[in-house]
Amino acid sequence: MPVKFSQDHEWVSVEGDIATIGITNHAQEQLGDVVFVELLAIGKKVTKGGEAAVVESVKAASEVYAPVTGEVVDVNKELEGDPALVNRGAEGGGWFMKIKLSNPAELNDLMDKPAYDKFVASH
Amino acid sequence: MSEAPLQRTALYAQHAALGAKLVPFAGYEMPVQYPTGILAEHNWTRTHAGLFDVSHMGQAFIIGPDQATTAAAMEILVPADIAALKPKQIRYSQFLNEEGGILDDLMITRAAYPGYEGWLYIVCNAGRKRQDFAHLEKHLPPAVTLKRGEGMSLIALQGPKAEAVLARINPAVREIAFMSYESLDLAGITAHISRSGYTGEDGYEISIWDKDAARLWQLLLTEPEVKPIGLGARDSLRLEAGLCLYGHDIDETTSPVEADLLWSIQKRRRIEGGFMGTARVLKEIADGPVRKRVGIKPEGRAPAREGTVITDMTGRQIGVITSGGFGPTANGPVAMGYVEAAFSKADTAVQLVVRGNSMPAQVISLPFVPHNYKR
Repeated sequence: MPVKFSQDHEWVSVEGDIATIGITNHAQEQLGDVVFVELLAIGKKVTKGGEAAVVESVKAASEVYAPVTGEVVDVNKELEGDPALVNRGAEGGGWFMKIKLSNPAELNDLMDKPAYDKFVASH
Repeated sequence: MSEAPLQRTALYAQHAALGAKLVPFAGYEMPVQYPTGILAEHNWTRTHAGLFDVSHMGQAFIIGPDQATTAAAMEILVPADIAALKPKQIRYSQFLNEEGGILDDLMITRAAYPGYEGWLYIVCNAGRKRQDFAHLEKHLPPAVTLKRGEGMSLIALQGPKAEAVLARINPAVREIAFMSYESLDLAGITAHISRSGYTGEDGYEISIWDKDAARLWQLLLTEPEVKPIGLGARDSLRLEAGLCLYGHDIDETTSPVEADLLWSIQKRRRIEGGFMGTARVLKEIADGPVRKRVGIKPEGRAPAREGTVITDMTGRQIGVITSGGFGPTANGPVAMGYVEAAFSKADTAVQLVVRGNSMPAQVISLPFVPHNYKR
C-alpha cells in the first residue's frame, strides 16, 4: 500500500495491520534541527487525533498527533541517541512508531502523495 | 501585539539574498536562521566567527556639557558606577524603576571623541527602546539630552576567529580591550568598534552608518571563517553563556540582585545608592533576595522550556524556568530560571514538571559554557 499523509504532516505506511508512522519531510523542514523526540511506550493505545509524540527542535516543542487509532507495538529507539535522524530521513530511517491498527477504515481519511503536496503548497 | 508594519534593517536585502528565514521580532523583520540552520550556526560561532545583524537594537547618545554632569544624570537611572567609567570604557547595566524592577538592560559607553567628551553611547533592547527613550526624556535634567541614533546599523562579529578576521581589515582591532571601544577605519568605513557581545565568545560589536552596512557585511562574509548567524543561534549562544534575555529572564518585577547581576553594581553605588529602586536593591543586598536566578541542568535529554515549573523533591513549587532549550555546545538541555533563595546553591537537586511528569534536574552555577572573552 502506498504511503498516506495527514493534514498534521504525518506519514503512514501500512503493511498488513501494522502502520509505521513518522513526520513528513516538510514537517522536519519547518521544525528545524530536532534535538529530542518523546515517544509513547510500547503497549500504549492511541486514538486518532490524540497525542502520540513530542518533537523538540532547537526552537520549540511540537506535539505529534496520531493519524490512526491503535496500539503502539514498536518505537524507533535510534531516535533516543540520534534525534537528528528525523532531519536526515524523516520519511525513512527517522520513523517514530508502529501502530497495530484497530480501525483500518481511518486510512481512507488520509491523503495520497499528490494530494498532500497540494495541501502543503496551499498552506 | 500591534499590527504596525514591520521595520527592516539596512541589511534586509542581504538576509533575503542569503536565503534567511525572516520572522517578526520586536517590530522588525529579522533573520531567525539561514539555510544551514540554528545548530550549525551555533557551532560555527563557537569555533569560527559568526556575523550577526543586530541593527534592530536601540542605539542612542546621552549628551551633557561634560562627563561628570552626564554621568550624574545617568546614575539616577542605572545602578552602575558611570562616573568612574574611563574614556572608551563600556559597562553593562540596567534601567530600574522606582520599585527596583528592571525596565531594560543596556550597555553604556563613555565616548572619547574630541569635542564629544560629555557624551555617553548606549545600546538597549529593540523591544524596549521606545520605552527607554521616553524614560530618559522624562528623567534627564535639562542640561542633559537624549539623541536617538538615527540611521545607524549594528553588526556583531563573534567567535574565536573574530579578532583574526577583523585584524585582516585593520590590525588595530587587536588592541581593543574587552569592554572598551575604538573608532577605527574598516576599508574606508568609519566604525565604532566595541569589544563586547552576547555569545560568551570574544568578538566585536560594530556600529556604522546604514549606508555602509551592506558593504561591511559583504566584506566580512568574504572571509572564509565568517558565516551569517540568525537570532535562533544568538539565543542558544547567550543561554549557554548564562546571559539574560529581557522579557524572559529579567523584567519589571525582577531586581538586579534577584537576577544575580550584583556584579554590575559597583561598590560605590552599593554604599551611596542614589538610583531609582535603591531601597529594594540595597535591602536585597543586605538581607539576600527572596528568589534568585540560577542555571538549571535537566538530567535527561528533554529540554525544559520557558514557563516550566520547578519543584523541590517533594513536589512543592519553588520556581519557574525563564529560558530553556537545547545547548548545542553543552550537548544537552540547558535552562535558567528563578528559585527560592534556599534552593539557589549549585548542585541542589530539583525537579521540573515537563508535560505532567517530574524530571530530575540540578541547579548549576552559570555559565553552561565557559566564557571565552579576551581579557
